[in-house]
Amino acid sequence: MSAVRVVLVLGYVFLYAPIVSLIVFSFNASRLVTVWAGFSTRWYGELWDNDAIRGAAAISIEVAASAATAALVLGTAAGFALARYRRFRGRLLFLAMVTAPLVMPEVITGLSLLLLFVALESWIGWPQGRGIATIILAHATFGTAFVAIIVQSRLAAFDRALEEAALDLGARPWKVFLVITLPLIAPALITGWLLAFTLSLDDLVIASFNAGPASTTLPMVIFSSVRLGVSPQINALATIFVVAVSILVVTASSLTLRRPQR
Amino acid sequence: MNAPDPMGRRVAIGLPYLWLVVFVLVPFLIVLTISFAESALGIPPYIAPLGFAKGWIPQLRGTLGSYGLILGDSLYLKAYLNSLRFAAVAMLLCLLLGYPMAYAIARAPERWRNPLLMLVILPFWTSFLIRVYAWIGILKTNGLINNLLLWTGIVHEPLPLLNNEFSVELGLVYSYLPFMILPLYATLERMDLSLLEAAADLGATPFRAFLAVTLPLSLPGIAAGAALVFIPAVGEFVIPDLLGGPDTLMIGKVLWDEFFTNRDWPVASAVAVAMLVLLVAPIVLAQHALRKGAESS
Repeated sequence: MSAVRVVLVLGYVFLYAPIVSLIVFSFNASRLVTVWAGFSTRWYGELWDNDAIRGAAAISIEVAASAATAALVLGTAAGFALARYRRFRGRLLFLAMVTAPLVMPEVITGLSLLLLFVALESWIGWPQGRGIATIILAHATFGTAFVAIIVQSRLAAFDRALEEAALDLGARPWKVFLVITLPLIAPALITGWLLAFTLSLDDLVIASFNAGPASTTLPMVIFSSVRLGVSPQINALATIFVVAVSILVVTASSLTLRRPQR
Repeated sequence: MNAPDPMGRRVAIGLPYLWLVVFVLVPFLIVLTISFAESALGIPPYIAPLGFAKGWIPQLRGTLGSYGLILGDSLYLKAYLNSLRFAAVAMLLCLLLGYPMAYAIARAPERWRNPLLMLVILPFWTSFLIRVYAWIGILKTNGLINNLLLWTGIVHEPLPLLNNEFSVELGLVYSYLPFMILPLYATLERMDLSLLEAAADLGATPFRAFLAVTLPLSLPGIAAGAALVFIPAVGEFVIPDLLGGPDTLMIGKVLWDEFFTNRDWPVASAVAVAMLVLLVAPIVLAQHALRKGAESS
């Protein structure tokens, strides 16, 4: 037992050492990312003045929020369908399509959606070129898959007694869904939305395939800057990212990890 | 539902169904079609393989040229084999590191399990791109590890740690380790521990009990974790691009370059179809595991 605990600790060191090094060197006064030259918040100031990064961040947040919201609606419906309707025509195809974006390599998802948008444009004249809208549609699709799985597993562990009581008391199915089911699965919905949001915010590959000239997202800016070499501004950006995501995830998990009361 | 609600049922199934057909199934069929197209100058840069002469006579103009190119040029075969090898090694290393980690979490006192699991999931939520970038600063010639080794006098010349097979493999293991730990943890945590007591009562040593009981019972978790690491690792683009070098060509990067640099959409599509054919078995396995997980948790 003690040996596996040692491996566990080493595993955590492996997972967190790079993140810690990013954060430490974001406060480094020197441009050389790996030589310590004293404490400084200079790179945060430069990051704030970097218009390309600020503009891309605004686009990324707009895309992520829209895609996550669309994914929340579609994914909740899909998760509900999978958990509650055990048999319907085409369920197997439905299952395959829901889980496909989760397991498909990103380059394939990105390429296939781009080819769809190009084909749609020549068939029905929409969308005209690529841009923010096409990235949102692409991200909403893989976000839907994640939300569906989370909602489905929440509904599988769900006590139906309250719903049945409400139905027995004469509530309409829609009302039962809105008043009983939705509030009870709310933590799963929050987790699902946040997951769809962060995955969209983080995606480079699918966005690159489906972006247009005026829709450069934050990961695309980071990627092109990183390709040119290590830059302390990216460390500062990473630190902000890590801190924000940690706060979000810890808050959300303290909501969802509470087991449903039985 | 006790009371039938045909309207709600129709919306819950119909709405996502329609969306997924348009944005998952149809795009896949289009990739398949365009992989048979002839590449051409223009927008879009291909001649559609299904066409209509005079506006109404259906015409097939498909070509196997893109597949011929993939099969004929050893670059593609080499990239495929590289990808399979990198992904297989990453899968094994993730298993070797992830199994003891998942085991330690699953056997930890109950109140510790969720926080420990949270620590595994948290990096998965923080930007993948940024975590891969972090390794550049650690591994490069004047990076953290080399500075440390030179300073302590262990080496006198900086070690080549970046832009080679080592750094790509490291990046893959680092990025996909949580995908291995989570399904392993799920099966190990559900295991009936009285089976181990029975084995001990019958005189088995802990190690033998592990081999005879725990390991076979965790096989579904191993299979799920292996598939979840292997599939994205085969198609990986960011890691070979940022951490790799000229000798670490992977198929995801080939697809990217065909599309963005060569603007050859039919070849990019054919590369995608060929990748999918290779991955069909692991993809079906992973989908099955995800479904099982969602239905039983």
